[in-house]
Amino acid sequence: MISAGLLLLAWELYATYSGIRATILPAPSRVFEQAMLNREALADNAVPTIRATLLGFACSLSAAFVLSMLVDFFQPLRRALFPVFIVSQTLPLVAVAPLVVLWFGFGLAPKIMLVALVTFFPMLVALVEGYEATEAEIGQMLRAMGAGRWRIFLLARLPSALPYFFAGLRISITYAVVGAIFAEYAGAAKGLGIYMLNAKNNFRPDLVLAAVGVSAALTLVLFGLTVLLQRLAMPWERADRETAGKGAWR
Amino acid sequence: MSRLELRHVHKAFGGLDVLADISLSVGAGEFVSILGPSGAGKSTLFQLLTGAEHGEGEMLFDGARLDDHGRHFAFMPQRDALMPWRRILDNTTLGLEVQGMRRQAARARVAPLFAEFGLAGFERHFPAQLSGGMRQRAALLRTVVQERDMLLLDEPFGALDALTRTAMQRWLEQMWRHHRWTALLITHDVREAVFLSDRIYVLSARPARIVREIKVPLPRPRSLGGDAARQASALEAEILDIILNPNPSKRTRP
Repeated sequence: MISAGLLLLAWELYATYSGIRATILPAPSRVFEQAMLNREALADNAVPTIRATLLGFACSLSAAFVLSMLVDFFQPLRRALFPVFIVSQTLPLVAVAPLVVLWFGFGLAPKIMLVALVTFFPMLVALVEGYEATEAEIGQMLRAMGAGRWRIFLLARLPSALPYFFAGLRISITYAVVGAIFAEYAGAAKGLGIYMLNAKNNFRPDLVLAAVGVSAALTLVLFGLTVLLQRLAMPWERADRETAGKGAWR
Repeated sequence: MSRLELRHVHKAFGGLDVLADISLSVGAGEFVSILGPSGAGKSTLFQLLTGAEHGEGEMLFDGARLDDHGRHFAFMPQRDALMPWRRILDNTTLGLEVQGMRRQAARARVAPLFAEFGLAGFERHFPAQLSGGMRQRAALLRTVVQERDMLLLDEPFGALDALTRTAMQRWLEQMWRHHRWTALLITHDVREAVFLSDRIYVLSARPARIVREIKVPLPRPRSLGGDAARQASALEAEILDIILNPNPSKRTRP
């Protein structure tokens, strides 16, 4: 917080006293002022970005969940599918985004696809490795109790994967926002990405930065939501930490 | 009358003999230990019994062949294997839930036993909030409420510190006297085996054979003092000698 404040202050002083033009480097105060003046346009353009982010992320999450279960139950699938997904992660977004827009138009569909593309694999890996992290002895015990594979999956493997799932979720949600903005940058009617592009073309770096501020705030809010969700979903984690603070012996 | 009977059980993993030739029996209400060095294949024996692995030889329960579906055993693994995301009460009902009992009914069945297991007041705690000894008692509670014919205990106190382990052994001996479970314990702790068991099978290093069957004639309740304690010490020394000097003839060589 303090370092961010100092950075902003240095930036403000430099922009004010170095004589640099506001069309090259606007001062933070100007960015904020312009953001306030253009708040309706910014909000208007943030809505499609949020929609693309959430829908794309929901799609990739459901796909990753279904596929992770298939991979867990049929191990050979892992070797068959993972190389394909790894290649999909090496595709440069710069090349893919314009193509997807070219094929699927300026609407919502290509944005959802791109968000899903960048977030799907991290979620899949997080889930699959989470299942594997199940304590072997819990599995052996459940088998001795007479539980089948499906039962063991629900009782042990799925809950064991939760910490991994949330770690993946926090990483992916930040990728998702970037992915959505990039997709809009490549072509959209409305959205933060296209707003940034237009502002840049009109020599308004202050508005570009204002849009960056909005996307950063959006990312932070989504990130915060995942942390909140984890707290709610994993109450035992906090119990762990409380005990660790007090000393474990009782 | 023996409940569990193994005859010439043999198991190899990829050409490596783990269990060479195991024959043993456990009678009704009897506490039997399998004592052997680490890595001797003791846990493999339990994997055969619970159907996780298959070996050769005969395994009989009440005279009938063991199959994968005959659920005679309640198994307590080496570490407590409590699920960190379940509260202690819901950890202890796990076996009943897997058997198909409704969660509410399972809770009602288990809850009255919490006091006897020294867990009263901790029903709503998560495992991480309990001490090692309490976690083991919870794990044992989860095992015995399944009401199977026989308990399989795989080094249940191996991960505990020495003081807690001794306290848990005394507690288990006392519990066993009340309930008279038919139990088979795996351990590499000679004192533990002598303190808890009616009979001890001493295993060799891998490939595991049974080197000696030892009856423990000590009176119950087992005590830590007096004549019985001296007898126990003598027995412990004898067993240690068997384990540490498997070929007495070698000692005489120059």
